[in-house]
Amino acid sequence: MALSGANLQLDSFEELAIPLFDQLYNFAHWLTQNREEAEDLVQETYVKALKGFSSFQLGTNFRAWIYRILRNTFLTSRKGLKVTMTVPLDFDEEDEGPEPAIERDTPETLLLARSSHELLQKAIDELPVHFREILLLCEVEEMSYQEISETLAVPIGTVMSRLSRARQTLRNQLRPHPQQETGPQITRGTNHGL
Amino acid sequence: MVCESWKAKLDTYLDGEIPEQEMRTFDAHLRNCPSCSADALSRVQLKRAIQVAGRRFTPSADFRKRLQQSVLPKPRRSFHMGLTLAAAAALVLVVGTFTSHYLGNRSGTDQAFSEIADLHVATLASSSPVDVISTDRHTVKPWFQGKIPFAFNLPELQNTEFSLLGGRMTYLEQTPGAHLIYDVRKHHISVFIFQERSLPTRLSDNAPQPGQLSFNTETWSQGGLRYFVIGDASAADIDGLAKLFRTAS
Repeated sequence: MALSGANLQLDSFEELAIPLFDQLYNFAHWLTQNREEAEDLVQETYVKALKGFSSFQLGTNFRAWIYRILRNTFLTSRKGLKVTMTVPLDFDEEDEGPEPAIERDTPETLLLARSSHELLQKAIDELPVHFREILLLCEVEEMSYQEISETLAVPIGTVMSRLSRARQTLRNQLRPHPQQETGPQITRGTNHGL
Repeated sequence: MVCESWKAKLDTYLDGEIPEQEMRTFDAHLRNCPSCSADALSRVQLKRAIQVAGRRFTPSADFRKRLQQSVLPKPRRSFHMGLTLAAAAALVLVVGTFTSHYLGNRSGTDQAFSEIADLHVATLASSSPVDVISTDRHTVKPWFQGKIPFAFNLPELQNTEFSLLGGRMTYLEQTPGAHLIYDVRKHHISVFIFQERSLPTRLSDNAPQPGQLSFNTETWSQGGLRYFVIGDASAADIDGLAKLFRTAS
């Protein structure tokens, strides 16, 4: 009976976790910016998630749970630790509130006009990791603010303000600067200009 | 200057994360404000561009295979161990079937309905009850593709009093499923759909007795899917919507 229980648990885990495999890998690759590291991160995430599956609370959000495991695993990896030394991932942004998103220019239109799919990927890639991850969770994974809040373990107010700053930073990066002829201004791996 | 306060909330509005009442006010403002509507359009374009650009990396087939083999191997049992377990399981099954089948099934269904009622109430109380807002079933149905591990049909509502408000992903006992919200005479009805085999509890088609929950409910299994219909609408309306789903499936 114990074995059939274990099988049942493994089946349940597979049914929940396997459909998320491609998405988790994509997210991991964006975080690590490296194929091998992304594979290691996804593998470690699945191992940890399977091991802790019995403690997964019924009725709660599995997707947010496994994304949280992946993110925490990344943050405790060598690269993650390096990132957290340059970008304070858990700094409290709530007091500052969302920035007014008032656009005089339209980098979105410029971006589309220049057919800059690669430029956008590069701009996302160059975002500080805490902006990159929240933008991907919202726009690519289409998570609600509540799900993002659960995944990142931050209050919804922080989700809103961080997301607003992430978008503002991306827009700034996409906006051409007069002194630069080669592309948008990018501040890699730091939180300059936040 | 007035528009600045609207624009500050524009991203939250486009994410569908502002309360329904405010959403309607926002809709009305956008219809009458060329500046805000142009801004909204450019932001939607950027959102779509990020969505496409963000789906950039795909795992290799080799990695997929390696993960399956290393992380998710099925536990194996020896032949003798298997026989012993089979005999023990058979004994427990025979005794268990006579004593607890009905009660277990019954309480499992009641418990599931209790959770379904919680999901229904929590969703309607939420500031953004649906993740995909559309009255068009051809918009709502494809939205679930890739988010849940099964497909389902939505009924045609023409010439009925029901209207589709939208849908969202949901979880029942760790099982992902679809949650659709309908409106009939100002009452909201939730329809939940899950893969029957994924639910840890085997459920019967008997909904809780009237009075056990504050809602009218129906449940049935069809085509490998388990359907729940729940709401404060009349029993006839709940049954009417259930029939439409049965016909569509």
